[in-house]
Amino acid sequence: MYDFNYHRPSSLDEAVTLLGQGEDVKVLAGGHTLLPTMKQRLAAPSDVVDLSRIAALKGIEATEGAVRIGAATSHADVAASGEVRNRIPALAALAARIGDPHVRNRGTLGGSIANNDPNADYPAACLALGATIVTTKREIAADDFFVDMFETALDEDEIVTRVDFPVPRRAGYAKFPNPASRYALVGVFVAEGGDGIRAAVTGAGPCVFRVPEMEAALGHDFSPAALEGIKVDAGGLNADIHASADYRAHLVGVMARRAVEAALEGR
Amino acid sequence: MTSVSMTVNGKPASGEVEPRTLLVDFLREHLRLTGTHVGCDTSQCGACVVHVDGTAVKSCTTLALQCEGADVLTIEGLAQGDQLHPMQEAFREHHALQCGFCTPGMIMSAIDIINRHGGVPDETTIRHELEGNLCRCTGYHNIVKAVIAGGEAMAPGRAAAE
Ligand SMILES: Cc1cc2nc3c(=O)[nH]c(=O)nc-3n(C[C@H](O)[C@H](O)[C@H](O)COP(=O)(O)OP(=O)(O)OC[C@H]3O[C@@H](n4cnc5c(N)ncnc54)[C@H](O)[C@@H]3O)c2cc1C
Ligand code: FES
Ligand code: FES
Repeated sequence: MYDFNYHRPSSLDEAVTLLGQGEDVKVLAGGHTLLPTMKQRLAAPSDVVDLSRIAALKGIEATEGAVRIGAATSHADVAASGEVRNRIPALAALAARIGDPHVRNRGTLGGSIANNDPNADYPAACLALGATIVTTKREIAADDFFVDMFETALDEDEIVTRVDFPVPRRAGYAKFPNPASRYALVGVFVAEGGDGIRAAVTGAGPCVFRVPEMEAALGHDFSPAALEGIKVDAGGLNADIHASADYRAHLVGVMARRAVEAALEGR
Repeated sequence: MTSVSMTVNGKPASGEVEPRTLLVDFLREHLRLTGTHVGCDTSQCGACVVHVDGTAVKSCTTLALQCEGADVLTIEGLAQGDQLHPMQEAFREHHALQCGFCTPGMIMSAIDIINRHGGVPDETTIRHELEGNLCRCTGYHNIVKAVIAGGEAMAPGRAAAE
């Protein structure tokens, strides 16, 4: 890892100011993506701005019809939160299966979505639940936030402050974890909310995406059987040593049916 | 160089570090607490697990500077004089180690599991909870036995409320 200047602001304003100074400034949340990347010298920022002492970025708040989660809230805190478990159990279950206990103690919601790893879990929840990503500059709908592999709508000097998740009528998540890293080889989040049914797929393609045919079928009949016969085209899906594009396409169907089962059982 | 101070195993510890200094390097190189191991470069093996403010973290994926003011507990902080911690004793008793490389991280994770669950969870849960700790020798069976026995010794008669 190359050396860098380290900053530990105690307010969001200070952090934003620091982001505007220096040649390659990166914010550090849980560090469980950024630090391994820096160790491999795939990233070498000149300055690192540690968000961990900014109280405004942490915590979980329930409002009428939504759960608001601070960007620097750890996966472990989301998994353990009574509010999340009661109102969006599928989201708590997703957080509880990210990586391993130590990763969940450090890794954060904001870091995960800002990184937009094609195999990360949270992007599927944000897209399927129709979440709103709140930043230091604006509010961004999840539909517009996840742009491409490791790419989001965020500007260089923009910090995610929280994510607002509308409470769905029902929702479920199922993933086929990579046995080594536990990232999603394929993960599908299905939710029935105010604007109908949304099914979002992570792990399979370069970026999280929705499957309109599945959404339409589930709108007609919310059951695993309704998804029988719906095939996702393997063209454009990821292929690597872990799984071919065809296998990933197949897993999308399997995980979608399991996600619907989970939603029906309320877990 | 930047100064950093924290509490390690109940005693104040401070030093001058480069910002890139990882917590594990601060512990091993600066404080000479070499019980905490480094087994990988990809944040996956868990040999480096220590407790920071009561939660288990991978010290290879945490900057020393992120722990300014924190309370850190390492494998060296467990025994009371010659008296091993009940989890250490259980690992010895149940032959839960062979080469011993993964053991410090395993024991710190095991104690965290018992603390977090408020007692001993069932075997399946323990196996899931150990997903962040790799052992290349034992095949895990004896480690799981030791976690159960050590957990019972830490909090006698308390099955986890789940
Ligand atoms: C062994 C291992 C297993 C893992 N398994 C999984 C898994 O199963 N599923 C999964 O989804 N993830 C997994 N992860 C990733 C983990 O969840 C990361 O912690 C997470 O993706 C990044 O969050 P972080 O808080 O650590 O971010 P950091 O590493 O601190 O930051 C990541 C990136 O986001 C930027 N950033 C951070 N916070 C903000 C913010 N508030 N606003 C704007 N930009 C920000 C940083 O500048 C950086 O570019 C795993 C990681 C490891 C090491
Ligand atoms: S040394 Fe392998 S996870 Fe820390
Ligand atoms: S005892 Fe050798 S790696 Fe676990």
